[in-house]
Amino acid sequence: MTESSLTETLLDVQNVTVEYPVKGFRAQPFRALKGVSLDIRPGETVGLVGESGSGKTTLGRAVLGLAPVTGGSILYKGRDIAHDSRRARRRLSSEIQVVFQDPYTSLNPSLTIEDILAEPLTVRRMSRRDANRRVRDLLDQVGMPSSSGDRLPREFSGGQRQRIAIARALALDPRLIVCDEPVSALDLSTQAHVLELFRDIQENTGVAYLFVSHDLAVVRHLSHRVAVMYHGEIVEWGDGEQVTAHPEHPYTQRLFLAAPVADPDAQEQRRADRERLLAAQQEQRVQSGAVA
Amino acid sequence: MIDSQATESLAEASQRSASHASLSKRMLTNPTGLVAIVLLALVVLSAVFAPLLTSHDPNTASLHDVLDPISGAHPLGADSSGRDELARLLFGSRFSLAGAALALAISAVIGVTGGLIAGYYGKWFDSLSQWLTGLLMALPGIVVLLAASSVLGPSMWMSMAIFGVIMSPAFFRLVYASVTAVRSELYVDAARVSGLGDSRIIARHILTVVRAPAIIQGAMVMGIAIAIQAGLEFLGLGDMTIPTWGSMLNDGFVSMYRAPLLLLWPSAMIGITCVCLTLFANAMRDELERSSTKPSRRRRRAASRAAAFEHEPVERHDDDERSREITGEELLRVTDLAVGYDKPDGSVSTVVSDVSLTVQRGEVHGLVGESGSGKTQTAWSILRLLPDGGRVTNGSIVFEGEDLAGVSEKAMQRIRGKKIAYIPQEPMSNLDASFTIGSQLVEPMRVSLGLSKKEATERALALLARVGIPEPKRTFAAYPHEVSGGMAQRVLIAGAVSCDPDLLIADEPTTALDVTVQAEVLDLLRGLQAEMNMGMILVTHNFGVVADICDRVSVMRNGRIVETGPVRAIFRQPRHEYTKALLGAILDEGPARGPLASGVTSQTTDAAAASPAAGNVSEGALK
Repeated sequence: MTESSLTETLLDVQNVTVEYPVKGFRAQPFRALKGVSLDIRPGETVGLVGESGSGKTTLGRAVLGLAPVTGGSILYKGRDIAHDSRRARRRLSSEIQVVFQDPYTSLNPSLTIEDILAEPLTVRRMSRRDANRRVRDLLDQVGMPSSSGDRLPREFSGGQRQRIAIARALALDPRLIVCDEPVSALDLSTQAHVLELFRDIQENTGVAYLFVSHDLAVVRHLSHRVAVMYHGEIVEWGDGEQVTAHPEHPYTQRLFLAAPVADPDAQEQRRADRERLLAAQQEQRVQSGAVA
Repeated sequence: MIDSQATESLAEASQRSASHASLSKRMLTNPTGLVAIVLLALVVLSAVFAPLLTSHDPNTASLHDVLDPISGAHPLGADSSGRDELARLLFGSRFSLAGAALALAISAVIGVTGGLIAGYYGKWFDSLSQWLTGLLMALPGIVVLLAASSVLGPSMWMSMAIFGVIMSPAFFRLVYASVTAVRSELYVDAARVSGLGDSRIIARHILTVVRAPAIIQGAMVMGIAIAIQAGLEFLGLGDMTIPTWGSMLNDGFVSMYRAPLLLLWPSAMIGITCVCLTLFANAMRDELERSSTKPSRRRRRAASRAAAFEHEPVERHDDDERSREITGEELLRVTDLAVGYDKPDGSVSTVVSDVSLTVQRGEVHGLVGESGSGKTQTAWSILRLLPDGGRVTNGSIVFEGEDLAGVSEKAMQRIRGKKIAYIPQEPMSNLDASFTIGSQLVEPMRVSLGLSKKEATERALALLARVGIPEPKRTFAAYPHEVSGGMAQRVLIAGAVSCDPDLLIADEPTTALDVTVQAEVLDLLRGLQAEMNMGMILVTHNFGVVADICDRVSVMRNGRIVETGPVRAIFRQPRHEYTKALLGAILDEGPARGPLASGVTSQTTDAAAASPAAGNVSEGALK
């Protein structure tokens, strides 16, 4: 990686708005994202943390072209892809890929692992033989036995399925992978292994991640920079250590202190800190209310 | 863990390979399916090879042979015009089947393509086609066919084509429903991101789902078309110049008293064909359902853990200063508990064994473990709420001096809710959507506490206020869908403590909630537990929650407790390898990754330094 590649931006999300139509006569559309901006550099992990309904998944889907962008732009390597046609979007598939949260529904239950992994390859007119060879490489890369190819998804555990989903994302050697809560459905120990896999792959291939998660600890572990979302907006955005350990925005502070730490005494301390913070923020609200 | 899981799944796979067999193969081994297929094949083959099976022409009338009985020249006799009955039957099969096939083809083409387009793309085409199918379904089919034949003249082909259009909603609805269900699946999104075009997505991911149900529907439509066609021609609305089963019925009916057998042959043909089509559809549906009935998640987990239990002693920590402060009387003593599920072959798969634990009044006992560790099964067995087939196979559950493993269901009903209360994981699915929250709180209190409606209402409102619901009156009158998940969990907690229980069993009470809401719910549980001096069993996979609220912890793996003791001892001096591995996998304490380094090398060293916790997790230790 040269100096110049560090300053260059892979993905630049500028002031993006996503609105979903609401059923009903003259109903106001639902604004899932209200002018969100962030950027991702090559080889970087940007963590996107927030609670349910905060819009973090929607931002990931907007980058993937799966959510209706009604305002702003999403620049990929300098070109706006927010309003691409489906055909143009298909050409981006070798650049931007995805790993979804639920490893149970993200793999077609009636296709074998080999069919699932070869799908993106054969679409690009790779011969079946080359595709099969690539499938074996991919399985190897994610730590699955190469004999897994002719089995069905239901024969694998959640962690293994997630490895297969990661292999599918890697098939076309993308530059950016949107990871939508990829370890949330996994057990603690499996989660640790899958996170390590994500890191290894990044170090070996230089792929960038937009890593969406509700878990501050996971995001902190994996991300170079972190954005915190709340009600469809990014409320805090910056260096991972800074945002996750010394948050400045009141919401991030609440979020940070609400996550219980796995140590009885430290947690007792954190609980007390949280109570103090909530009381202080409450007081602030009352005061600002009095001023207004 | 991953390696042993892989071998486990390989072993399972070989057992399952039987169910892998393709649907067509399985149809041939299904007795009903086989009979239906063979008979249908015979009907079709006899129609195709009609000229080889009879030397007569189906339309040549012979005055000599009018109503001839069965003879060597006419194996099934001759009809009222002296035409050979067998020849008419065989050639009639050609026209009847072709007519029905025309109806089937037209309805399938219109219905399947319409359903695919409307389901996949939606928008205006969706609304339009919904409206059109509604219209078609409202039309009385027979009346339309009668009207059409009076306007267009008697043509079997025309009426079958119209019937095909009338039947197309049958396919449309089916395909539409399947497509809308599949379209939102993540694997379709993943395929789109993989660069697949719409036509490929439809062909690969959507048609495969629709195929089998469409074939079933096709068999049914074909049967109906044959029956309708026969009915129309029996009424004399068919084209009398071509032999069909319907026109033979018409002819036989005219001479019913003189040659009753003439009515039998076409009726038998129509009957056999329609019955076989229906049987074929049924057999196919049975086979589809058999392959798709997966055991429920709960049962599957239970079954996958049937592996032999290795006997190893439980790591027990002594009480520390903090845990000695809990001096309440002993509420619950579980001794050597084993839980098993009856398997179809009569054996029992054991999912929990040798579990012993005690809960004192005022104490929170955490059951912690990964999915499939038996922690929830243990909680359910204390409540005696194990799913079908599950039972306590060994040990005792002594609650306030009574062994719950042995009491009658009626006595258990008295204890459950009143003395032992339960907080589930999924708040929403544990509230009945068709009753207001208030009525769901008031009813149990009236039953268990014998309160009047007014008293119960007052108590419910007070409880709602206590659990931190801002506007108790409004929530009391609301339906479950009108409140958020966090509020719903508060309502369930209010319900759980409404009858002043001694023991509270909370099964992952905060797993479905956001962290900020989780912190509030934990605060609430802690407050209520102290206030009412309850004993509590908290099932969770989250060590942060354990650290927050538990006094004592039991770590479970593979249906056994591997380590138990005061919460600080478990976190500070874990002795069992598994506990150490689990604690090592926690990310809380690890440093942040830091900004993107300028070179790959320094990034790698960062990474190695930043993951001491995860590095500790040896794969063997976790299984």
